[in-house]
Amino acid sequence: MKEYKYTEKKDTRSGFGAGLLELGRTNPNVVALCADLVGSLKMGDFIKENPERFFQIGIAEANMMGIAAGLTIGGKIPFTGTFANFSTGRVYDQIRQSIAYSGKNVKICASHAGLTLGEDGATHQILEDIGMMKMLPHMTVINPCDYNQTKAATIAIADYEGPVYLRFGRPVIPIFTDPNQKFEIGKAWMVNEGTDVSIFATGHMVWKAILAGHILAEKGISAEIINIHTIKPLDEEAILKSVAKTKCVVSAEEHNRLGGLGDSIAQVLVKNTPLPMEYVAVNDSFGESGTPEELMEKYGLSENDIVDAAQRAISRKQA
Amino acid sequence: MNPHNKSIDELKEVAAQVRRDIVRMVHAVNSGHPGGSLGCTDYFVSLYFKVMNYSTDFKMNGEGEDLFFLSNGHISPVFYSTLARAGFFDPKELATFRKLNSRLQGHPATEEGLPGIRVASGSLGQGLSVAIGAAQAKKLNKDNSLVYVLMGDGELQEGQVWEATMYAGGKKVDNLIATIDRNGQQIDGSTKEVMPLGDLRAKFEAFGWHVMEANGNSFETLLPALDQAKAATGKGKPVMILMDTEMGYGVDFMMGSHKWHGVAPNDEQLEIALQQLAVNEAADY
Repeated sequence: MKEYKYTEKKDTRSGFGAGLLELGRTNPNVVALCADLVGSLKMGDFIKENPERFFQIGIAEANMMGIAAGLTIGGKIPFTGTFANFSTGRVYDQIRQSIAYSGKNVKICASHAGLTLGEDGATHQILEDIGMMKMLPHMTVINPCDYNQTKAATIAIADYEGPVYLRFGRPVIPIFTDPNQKFEIGKAWMVNEGTDVSIFATGHMVWKAILAGHILAEKGISAEIINIHTIKPLDEEAILKSVAKTKCVVSAEEHNRLGGLGDSIAQVLVKNTPLPMEYVAVNDSFGESGTPEELMEKYGLSENDIVDAAQRAISRKQA
Repeated sequence: MNPHNKSIDELKEVAAQVRRDIVRMVHAVNSGHPGGSLGCTDYFVSLYFKVMNYSTDFKMNGEGEDLFFLSNGHISPVFYSTLARAGFFDPKELATFRKLNSRLQGHPATEEGLPGIRVASGSLGQGLSVAIGAAQAKKLNKDNSLVYVLMGDGELQEGQVWEATMYAGGKKVDNLIATIDRNGQQIDGSTKEVMPLGDLRAKFEAFGWHVMEANGNSFETLLPALDQAKAATGKGKPVMILMDTEMGYGVDFMMGSHKWHGVAPNDEQLEIALQQLAVNEAADY
């Protein structure tokens, strides 16, 4: 099992803030919009350097999505910032009609996704956003795994023409990817090569998958771990190449079991090569208040849950 | 420059032609929304044949051009006919309205690349926000042209409209001329019965808008109003025209009733309508 060392922990939302700051310096068409959550989205540094390219919308997310769509018409590249819940469920129809169906180059940047928002509870812990966004034609869906990758993804999506949903979060987690990485949309990242089981993880669950990989290694199980930072378009080639070797699958995501990364992978398997698969995801429920660690444990998203799922998947392989 | 810059008499002829197109389009597919389309015909013809500066060589970014957004997308027949007659595409294409593989979708869309359309609309309440965004981009680009947007009055029942109204007033989006088609009708009846809109002038003024009123079915009053609206831009306030129209205007049996909001005329009704809209039949698509 490959060693990933880290010296620092940071939140992925700060990676977004750092990426946006850099875009402010390098791309004059980038503009930012926020619905009264500038501090939470870490947009302050961009705003300080580019006050004329920032639009404070107030607590009006529907209006923010519409204004962002309109800004693209004048050649701007708008990055909207609010919590994942208010970036998706609250404004689904605005995104659907004014952005996705209209093919507008809006970057919907969503923080505080999933359970790890913590104490605020289920009203804010959206677990359905990946599903909603991936169902929209034209939409690209990205969920990077750490600070460096979120920063790189933020910078990369400015160069891509089309609507993007960029999902990140609040908790402070290890920084284990290359600070100078080039982010390739739709290209899965091999975290660890293995032979017994393929673990496809996204977002915060990638680090958990690495922890699980070490536990599995101690048990003599060789886990292949792949970071699916882009859920749509999905890197089917990387998935099929991996499962051709391992013959069983675990998906890991901080999202509802219904409609997330797991379902996308299952579709690839069903169509190409049906194989045993286990989901590590929230089992069709809302979250609740608690610390991020408590919640990940209670809702079955710990490294041990990945280990158990891997063993179940392996046991279902045909001899 | 407006590419047509027509006189009032010429505008009336164009409007009659557009109204013929509308009733023929909805009749041909036995669906669509003639009532609001007929009511807003004079407004569309005013913008595209006299008031707005634009090029029929369509570019999405509309740099240096006045832009128009239709928020109440269901009146697509008047939008399509106006665009075709203004020169964005061949009027023959109006015959494909609402048919399979057409660029003229039931509600306006960009997906099929119809020239003249910059955003999809149909789900109500979204157009004002989009227009504000386009207006803000013009300011960033130091582009002094204007952004127009049309909304229905029933559409004001959507909450997003008031988010956008608060923003435009509060943030002084003064390169924007919004118009409300105040025909007092919506699908289930009059706006008074369904959901009273209250004192719209007072409401928009309270949000920091410059508010005007105009008769939308008379070029003699509408054109000066649009001129005044232009003159009111650039002064720190978005401009609102509360435009009174009659749903179904120009076809007597369609006028004044919500019943023709989304119903097409039958063969016999079409004949009567076309007799009332007699212009140059040879120009029909």
